[in-house]
Amino acid sequence: MDQQQEPIERALERLYREESRRVLATLIRLLGDFDLAEEALHEAFRAALEQWPEQGVPANPRAWLVSAGRFKAIDQLRRGKRFLALDEVEEPVCGEAQNLDQYGEHLEDDRLRLIFTCCHPALAPDAQVALTLREVCDLTTEEIASAFLATPPTIAQRIVRAKNKIRDARIPYEVPGRRELPERLEAVLRVVYLVFNEGYFASSGESLTRQHLCAEAIRLGRLLLELLPEAEVRGLLALMLLQESRRAARSDAEGRPVLLEEQDRGLWDRALIAEGQQQIEAAFASGEIGPYCLQAAISALHAEAADIEATDWAQIVGLYDVLLGAAPSPVIELNRAVALAMRDGAEAGLRQVEAILGRGELADYHLAHAARADLNRRLGRWDEARAAYRRALQLSQQGMDRQFLERRLAELPGA
Amino acid sequence: MKYLCLIYSDENVLHKSPDSPRDGECYDYFQSVQQSGRMLAAEPLEPVATATTVRVRGGKLSITDGPFAETKEQLAGFYLIEARDLNEALQIAGGIPSARVGSVEVRPVRQLQLEG
Repeated sequence: MDQQQEPIERALERLYREESRRVLATLIRLLGDFDLAEEALHEAFRAALEQWPEQGVPANPRAWLVSAGRFKAIDQLRRGKRFLALDEVEEPVCGEAQNLDQYGEHLEDDRLRLIFTCCHPALAPDAQVALTLREVCDLTTEEIASAFLATPPTIAQRIVRAKNKIRDARIPYEVPGRRELPERLEAVLRVVYLVFNEGYFASSGESLTRQHLCAEAIRLGRLLLELLPEAEVRGLLALMLLQESRRAARSDAEGRPVLLEEQDRGLWDRALIAEGQQQIEAAFASGEIGPYCLQAAISALHAEAADIEATDWAQIVGLYDVLLGAAPSPVIELNRAVALAMRDGAEAGLRQVEAILGRGELADYHLAHAARADLNRRLGRWDEARAAYRRALQLSQQGMDRQFLERRLAELPGA
Repeated sequence: MKYLCLIYSDENVLHKSPDSPRDGECYDYFQSVQQSGRMLAAEPLEPVATATTVRVRGGKLSITDGPFAETKEQLAGFYLIEARDLNEALQIAGGIPSARVGSVEVRPVRQLQLEG
């Protein structure tokens, strides 16, 4: 783009939107302190606003901003406004243009470092999520609070506490080595998927805010894949894309949930599905698949089917078997039982659901009772269905879920 | 930075579980951390039945039998290590054989802020 043609203020706005997280990530590495780096970032943009109209936009604006931010921060430290050992900051201060490009090489690594630091397992899980949204995605404290139904001071406190722990326990600003990577990557993927799920399945909150969270999670997934092209990163991105593709169909005009079997598949977003499928193929081709790839593959089989009958239930059950082997969980067992009901009939599925509930593991999980109710309904066992719908209703917190269950309960004959 | 790794476990199972480490394995690990240059001190502790708690309140010394708090897991030993950062400390803590039957709490050691 021809920068002479673009007003400086507009150019800076665009730069802030596109580059501020990159610049921040590098400043955190150079300064070793989140708060100092944030201040430095804003000082750098302020300096740009003052100097660029006269001197013109520099050839490498991002490096200029990093250099200016670092200079401002060190200047501030020298004047003793902040207590931080100066020897912890790399010296000397980079003077001018000839050193600017040295920052360029590390910029992408810095963003990855920032993600791994924000998602460090030594931080509380809710703090990992808040810190990632704040530092990596640049959501405001208010936006995070409204998405998670918390007050801004609560979220702010969570973030401050996390930053203090990073500093005091010396959580390093680094991408973990090969040996630790699988475990640490799992934590990062969990945070990204948590952000997505909060947007996709949130118990309440405004629908717009929730959509925003899904978009941020997908953006994070893409960024992560660009920085770290591992199969599971691809799997998670595919899974989110495929789930997102059903957004328009998964609730009706009143916002009530529509079950997969009743969704208008014409509303599914074909572009997202195609991209999701492409990512899964690439992940499976790499051979190192894990739970996210498997879940994405299941989601893709749904996406490929013209309707519920045409769905390849045999393969879905098979994928659930592999998934259970890789990551055993009663919730996945429940999903497998529902798929089994489609492959072998409601009776077979119900036997599995009863077995899981019999072990007491999902006794308080409303969806387990909803599945039991639905399978009994399909088998025409009205009394059993009624009792299970009532139990599911007792356990369900979410307004739209409750409306759905109440409707189903009312539709049962012989009430 | 110095980190203190506190090993907690249920004393009733610490030495009796199939996963319980033998003293020899604990000693080997101690030696391996020492050889890496990160060991400052490490000791196993006698059971909490031998513990005594001391407090001074209003200038008066009070001594009571037992640990500071009765909990399900007791302090069984510690490692004081020198590590580059929390990641390195966690790596070392994760290698402590007793972590298989108990838990290891990792705490950074604070520097005293001395005047002048």
